[in-house]
Amino acid sequence: MAVQVADQPVAEGEPEQQAFKPDLERIEIELLLEGIFRHYGFDFRAYAYASIRRRLWKRIEEEGLGNISALQERVLHEPEMMEKLLLDLSINVTAMFRDPSFYVTFREHVIPLLRTYPFIRIWHAGCSTGEEVYSMAILLREEGLYDRSRIYATDINEVVLQRAKAGIFPLERMQEYTDNYIRAGGKQSFSEYYTAKYGGALFDQSLTKNVVFSQHNLVTDRSFSEFNVILCRNVLIYFDKTLQSKVHGLFYDSLPMFGVLVLGSKETLRFMAHEDCYEQIAPPEKIFRKVK
Amino acid sequence: MKELLGSLPKKFPIPIVVVQHRGKDSEKLLAQLLQDATDLKVCDIEDKDVLCAGTVHLAPANYHVLIDSAYLSLSVEEPVRFSRPSIDVTFASAGDAYGSAAIGVVLTGANDDGARGLAHIVKRGGRALVQDPKTAEIPIMPKAAIELVPTAEVVPLKKLARRLIELSKEDAKVKAGRRTRV
Repeated sequence: MAVQVADQPVAEGEPEQQAFKPDLERIEIELLLEGIFRHYGFDFRAYAYASIRRRLWKRIEEEGLGNISALQERVLHEPEMMEKLLLDLSINVTAMFRDPSFYVTFREHVIPLLRTYPFIRIWHAGCSTGEEVYSMAILLREEGLYDRSRIYATDINEVVLQRAKAGIFPLERMQEYTDNYIRAGGKQSFSEYYTAKYGGALFDQSLTKNVVFSQHNLVTDRSFSEFNVILCRNVLIYFDKTLQSKVHGLFYDSLPMFGVLVLGSKETLRFMAHEDCYEQIAPPEKIFRKVK
Repeated sequence: MKELLGSLPKKFPIPIVVVQHRGKDSEKLLAQLLQDATDLKVCDIEDKDVLCAGTVHLAPANYHVLIDSAYLSLSVEEPVRFSRPSIDVTFASAGDAYGSAAIGVVLTGANDDGARGLAHIVKRGGRALVQDPKTAEIPIMPKAAIELVPTAEVVPLKKLARRLIELSKEDAKVKAGRRTRV
């Protein structure tokens, strides 16, 4: 007859270490993510484990709960808890003209390519609160291409999309953004693009004239069109390798020949099924061109 | 850190992850500096890099590094206690991923980052080594780690490499993650 583990004495002074069972925790997390997917339709099942685990525990601690299963009960029965968790799970850290050297390279190497097109379609996948969308709109305007461009800015999270549409960003970050803008090769005075209003910096609404904000889920939704440029920076890092590969398939299908794919500065196509279908334009920037 | 890595053999069997607080724009320089000092292979981490023996995986500026069993994931979540990369974040994930096979090493540094993460490694059954603050350029970080993890082994800088080589022989069969910090 099997002896119950609970009958065994627990080493003194180390109760927590004794109690922690990584395999059991993994089961709990998988059950929670399965429940979220089946009940709410958000699919976090193939997210990078260490990161999702960390964020789940942050929520558990903030709510004063004891374990993943306790969070599961709350999330499945209280849509408000799901909303909170959704914000936790979709990282919304971004900045205007983030990684300025990327914008310099984009101006030098991608803009000349885009000039040859009568109409330019750009997909910003995982646009979060929109700072990088406004940055791209500004860049296109300064290069005289904005009027024949359309930017499709998508995110899984409706709340951040609303903020992106509003175009009001924290005033206290304008100094940082101004520095970024200058280092990104900006051609005007950055302050011309916003006015201090409603306790924030309200960006020129004409910058979103050709922007379509819409909800799109990279994990569960399909390609919805073909684009000359797809930007997806620091989004795929939260996915596991299998899911990354799947999303790269989606991007590949959404790009014509010579279409441009932009990833975050520490992301790579290495070991992806589509690795050989792209060439990197101007390394070290992660700007790739589809060549087959 | 140069001294420690410089004293480890080329075939050191345990993958090493180094989390060093550094400026946003200090790319490349640090990797080059360390490469010049060690026989191990030094590389800046890119997302989903696979942990390799004989390799020093260096956390990039402005990203957290999380250890996911065999590979490394990056994250731009908020700074933790004003740090990104955060040593606490990497240590905690090492403890969760490797349990008793993880070794956390805290070296010289100017704040208390690392102490909580080191406590987490120990809680998960892993080992804690701390540079003897008396041998540290800036003793704040090792002191904070010792305060929070009194059971940590305190080792003078010059003996750290030897101690790690000993541990790597003990743990020859298990793959361990280790993080250090200058």
